[in-house]
Amino acid sequence: MSTETENPFTEGTDDIERKRTIGRVFVGVCFGSAMVGVAALVILLADVIIEAWGWLTWDFLLYPPTQSPDNFLGGIRGAGIYPAIVGSIFLIALTAVFTLFLGVGAAIYLEEYAPENRLTSFIEANIANLAGVPSIVYGLLGLAVFVRGAQLGAVLLAGALTLTLLILPIVIVSTQEALRAVPDSQRNAAYGVGATQWQVTRDVVLPRALPGIMTGTILSLSRAIGETAPLIMVGAATTMLTAPDGLMSPFSAMPMQIFDWAARPQTEFHHAAAAGIVVLLTILLLMNLCAILIRNKYDPRS
Amino acid sequence: MSTETDAPDLSGTGGGLEERMNDFTRWIFLSCALVTVLTTIGIFAVLLFGSYGFFSDVSLVEYFTGTEWYPVAHEPSFGVLPLIWGTMVVTVGSALVAIPLGTATAIYLSEYADRRVRKTLKPTLEILAGIPTIVYGFFALSFVTPVIQRFFPETGTFNALSASIVVGIMIIPMVSSLSEDAMSSVPDELRNAAYGLGATKFEVSTSVVVPAALSGIIASYILALSRAIGETMIVALAMGNSPQITTNVLEEMQTMTAFMVDIAISDASAGSVGYQSLFAVGLTLFAMTLSLNLFSMWVKSRYREEYQ
Repeated sequence: MSTETENPFTEGTDDIERKRTIGRVFVGVCFGSAMVGVAALVILLADVIIEAWGWLTWDFLLYPPTQSPDNFLGGIRGAGIYPAIVGSIFLIALTAVFTLFLGVGAAIYLEEYAPENRLTSFIEANIANLAGVPSIVYGLLGLAVFVRGAQLGAVLLAGALTLTLLILPIVIVSTQEALRAVPDSQRNAAYGVGATQWQVTRDVVLPRALPGIMTGTILSLSRAIGETAPLIMVGAATTMLTAPDGLMSPFSAMPMQIFDWAARPQTEFHHAAAAGIVVLLTILLLMNLCAILIRNKYDPRS
Repeated sequence: MSTETDAPDLSGTGGGLEERMNDFTRWIFLSCALVTVLTTIGIFAVLLFGSYGFFSDVSLVEYFTGTEWYPVAHEPSFGVLPLIWGTMVVTVGSALVAIPLGTATAIYLSEYADRRVRKTLKPTLEILAGIPTIVYGFFALSFVTPVIQRFFPETGTFNALSASIVVGIMIIPMVSSLSEDAMSSVPDELRNAAYGLGATKFEVSTSVVVPAALSGIIASYILALSRAIGETMIVALAMGNSPQITTNVLEEMQTMTAFMVDIAISDASAGSVGYQSLFAVGLTLFAMTLSLNLFSMWVKSRYREEYQ
């Protein structure tokens, strides 16, 4: 401390200078770290697009996969992802129907009907816990209950039910938020003229909350469409030569087909996997755009 | 709530029907909510029942202390430690990537970034969280592993390092967004008090904001670890399928989840011990993630600083 009394001014400026440098280095490190995430995203997308270049053709979208990588070469039709696309669309449509019914129903109960008792808080805590269960465990549940227990077999319906249970917690929470955004004054106005809880829910709350519900549900479905592990456990086919034609039809889905191609040693198949990923990401992007458009169109704040 | 049903019906649209409709819908919606409870019961029942079959053939001691895992071999051995080891390696490895990067990103977003930067940076990082894990698995296999091989030519096609790095990238957004939420909820009074004492921005960030938000930050780490433990497709594609205990991260290892995928796509017949091991491993995995999730909630509520 004796130096300070000898020359307080230079010591002071040195100290400030040192602190400034530390501050600048720290901001640099933090900004750099944030950029690592962005860079990873850019590299990932670039890698997939480069690998897919030239392989993503109309034929790829419209034809079934082939067994030999030779078929990928030349101008003759290559392997395609058609059955998996149809499988994924069926799967997501079914899952959408189930989750809309169950998720919105459960959220309405919790927000509009439920009394504040132990059962309600148990259900809420349980939903929070379910959201943290690994998706592969839901796959085991689907395998034991739907595929074997109900003897459905590894069919579309079993896959859709499994995905429904998987995304149900997210749909419920997002729907609850949408319902909560409807002001209580509107409910009370309806109660004031003698409406029942069901009438209030049906005629006042649901119409107002619908855009929010749709946005949350589409975002949850976009998570379901990329899920692979639960489908593997349920026993969905990695490769199907024909598209599914009914609820009880065996099926493949885009992530399953991508997994199959990516896991093969031949590099030709990796290009097919990359092309499949581009298709999957495009569909995800479109679903997210839909959700954003709905939110912007109906958001009262905008 | 009983007052509502007692209230006189003024709508004049056949009160009896509407009342009955009200009760009916209440039951329908309650059953929808109970599906989530049934799901939990189902998970416990399936895992416990499936494991019961397994543990009547294999002793708990062998399962938890054995160091060799060959459940479908001709002379099978059922020591789960190699799978737990594989899972631990990828969890620790991904934490080494995600925790420093995620925390620094959160500090940048919460303390330094101006509104315009935040508005583009946050959604960009959220895209990372929305990318399907199968895509990350492909990325590990087709990009990260070849890069590692350039530096360490002895690296195999399947290795723990590549999988750990990519799982780490996947959980960065989880750490960064949950930690940022915790930091943003630290009131400005605390920051201003520190500035008033002559603290620099660096000192405010590291000595005031981070300690004040610590419970939320730690909770985000634990949740991210739980996510890494349950992650499946990246490790199934990029880490390989040989269950072994080794400290060489350039070698193949197998996690619990990768083993489950391996068995599910193979033709292990239902009822065989190899097939039943699926449920024992599933139960082990579920127990680990559930306890971490509960621990995270506990940390968050136990050590939360209340600000008014």
